[in-house]
Amino acid sequence: MLNPALVKERMPEQDPELRNKNFSEVALGYTPRQAAAEAKRCLNCKNAKCVAGCPVNVPIPQFIEQVAAGDFSAAYRIIAEQNALPAICGRVCPQESQCEGACVRGLKGEPVAIGALERFVADQFLEGSPAGNPAPERKAQKVAVVGSGPAGLTCAGELARQGYGVTIFEALHQPGGVLMYGIPEFRLPKALVQKELDKLRLMGVTFQLNVIAGKSITIDELFEQGFQAVFIGSGAGLPKFMGIPGENLNGVYSANEFLTRSNLMKSYDPASPTPIFVGEKVAVVGGGNVAMDAARTAKRLGAAEVSIIYRRGEAELPARKAEIHHAREEGIRFQLLTNPLRILGENGWVTGIECVAMELGPPDSSGRRSPVPQAGSEQVTKVDTVIVAIGQSPNPLISQSAQGLAVQRWGGIVVNKETMATSKHGVYAGGDAVTGAATVISAMGAGKKAAKAIAEYLALAESVS
Amino acid sequence: MYKIVKQQRLNSAVVSIEVEAPYVARKCEPGQFVIVRVDPDGERIPLTIADFDRAGNTITLIYQELGYSTKRLSTKAVGDELQDVAGPLGQAAELRKTAKVLGIGGGVGAAPLYPQLKKLADLGSQVDVILGGRSAELVILANEFRAFARQVTIATDDGSLGLKGTVVDALLRKVRDENYNRVIAIGPLPMMRAVVEHTKRLEIPTMVSLNPIMIDGTGMCGGCRVTVGGATKFACVDGPDFDGFQVNFDECIRRQLMYRQQERRFEQEHPCRIGWEGTKSC
Repeated sequence: MLNPALVKERMPEQDPELRNKNFSEVALGYTPRQAAAEAKRCLNCKNAKCVAGCPVNVPIPQFIEQVAAGDFSAAYRIIAEQNALPAICGRVCPQESQCEGACVRGLKGEPVAIGALERFVADQFLEGSPAGNPAPERKAQKVAVVGSGPAGLTCAGELARQGYGVTIFEALHQPGGVLMYGIPEFRLPKALVQKELDKLRLMGVTFQLNVIAGKSITIDELFEQGFQAVFIGSGAGLPKFMGIPGENLNGVYSANEFLTRSNLMKSYDPASPTPIFVGEKVAVVGGGNVAMDAARTAKRLGAAEVSIIYRRGEAELPARKAEIHHAREEGIRFQLLTNPLRILGENGWVTGIECVAMELGPPDSSGRRSPVPQAGSEQVTKVDTVIVAIGQSPNPLISQSAQGLAVQRWGGIVVNKETMATSKHGVYAGGDAVTGAATVISAMGAGKKAAKAIAEYLALAESVS
Repeated sequence: MYKIVKQQRLNSAVVSIEVEAPYVARKCEPGQFVIVRVDPDGERIPLTIADFDRAGNTITLIYQELGYSTKRLSTKAVGDELQDVAGPLGQAAELRKTAKVLGIGGGVGAAPLYPQLKKLADLGSQVDVILGGRSAELVILANEFRAFARQVTIATDDGSLGLKGTVVDALLRKVRDENYNRVIAIGPLPMMRAVVEHTKRLEIPTMVSLNPIMIDGTGMCGGCRVTVGGATKFACVDGPDFDGFQVNFDECIRRQLMYRQQERRFEQEHPCRIGWEGTKSC
């Protein structure tokens, strides 16, 4: 029986005034009753547009049908067949521009809450669930995966499922990549990431931590060690700065550093020896999801006033609508159409930021209206912390050290879009290392595509030998 | 996994440890560093590699007990394992045969200086060394340097060993009779700044090694940014060695102090976890 409601079931959330002082998850998840009610809003379209909108092609109507019928275990199996990290995707995917953006129910009213349903189903099976699909027989061929973020984990999971021996090489002391160091606990609980990692371990994937590809070992040396194929999913970890005066003052952070201190190094916990500086007044420069994460983290760490400074307008904010909404609810201010000119300091510490008002001019090469500074509108705001969240580039350590690996001028690894094969034989790449900073799910899509091509490549190699 | 196989206290504040770290030992070169974590949830500490044994899969780290985490490191004994050792990180120092090289090591800075000078000597360079410290006890590795250096000059602030004075006083004395082609100075930032002030005037190209605050050591956090020749560089991936004439030392010194207050407070609040405070309750 179809649920005709025009709006989604509202997922319960922590009260904004409580949650902006703690690091517990903001959104609390559906109850079984809510999930069943929401699932009944799905029209179960024959030609389901939502599936085409999903980078890993989860059979959405099929799993939702099982939720509506109350068979959560069947729903989980359907998702897990296509998506290795459903509990994560259900939380951090930009559904509004993917599956939900394509949902027919969205033409009149709100689309089906596909993300919330995926999260609900995945959360039912976090504890002691079967590792999706255990490896059938082990194959002798080994694959090295560089980087343990979403792209690497997905590629590793797909290959392990087919029986290949997979070793993941991770530069940090914790696997998980951006899921661990970048996305805060209140949006993606780390215990949940650990459970996904455990599932991979159960499938036979091994992790080599503290190994920096390009430094501790080169790509060529991985082949010498007996790996027959390599997947590079090293992400986009190199923070961009604005290049304005005052950026090296004490109190200026890259979002990467600020979030890594809080998330990976647990600076929010007074028992952690890794310090973090949070002033009274914090300015976060940038309008993407990373900027929202940094601003909301600063608020939780005790900053009295946190502002987002973004040079374009509300409509152009690249962050997910839900994150912008959550940030506003938590008391984050938005200074839109505003661009920093310089950071001011005294005795080496930040004391203020000078900004100029912007106006949107004609569209630029990216199709977005380009901001133009308004002469005479310069103003200084008093702040003691500035967090720069204007994007990241691919880390050059691997490309600098790998012979024959073609790289774009801005650092992205060049790949064949169908197979994710790089210019180097047997080496594949995907995720932010190829595209520059993008989303968890597009990295997963790339990891999955690469795994398919790697399996074909290895099968061919074996048949030849 | 990262087992301590040797440990030696060099003085009241400086300890040398030899640690199993196969990935690092296989590839590291003079000038590079590692990131160490002592315990689960420990801080990531950058330490420059003082020596390595490729066959034995070990590296030598010489560190000064400065704060909470380096003091924690000293609570580990031979046979204990460190939580993490990641590397080698940073660029290897560019070392070519040079007619006359003067190495200047201040305090624990003698440790990262050692592999660089040893390699230069191996390449056939004539190497002289100045080692400095507040007192005799704080001068380290003098005998190790003597194994390959032509002259080892020691300067102590209190005159308890060698010259009474700073490494700069020793430097000014040395350059009276010698023409050096290159200086490598490693030590506290004010020492390197003072050395560079003179070598710039004397027109002796000078390399320094910076050890700013950093987290990942792979270019990810940008916390280690330094201004060199007017441009921002990341010490972890562009350095840690830089042309001393180009480094903005004042900025480095300021950035180094960023967490000073927080670190002191943390140490006071968590003395029991440092071990040597014994049984204090917390």
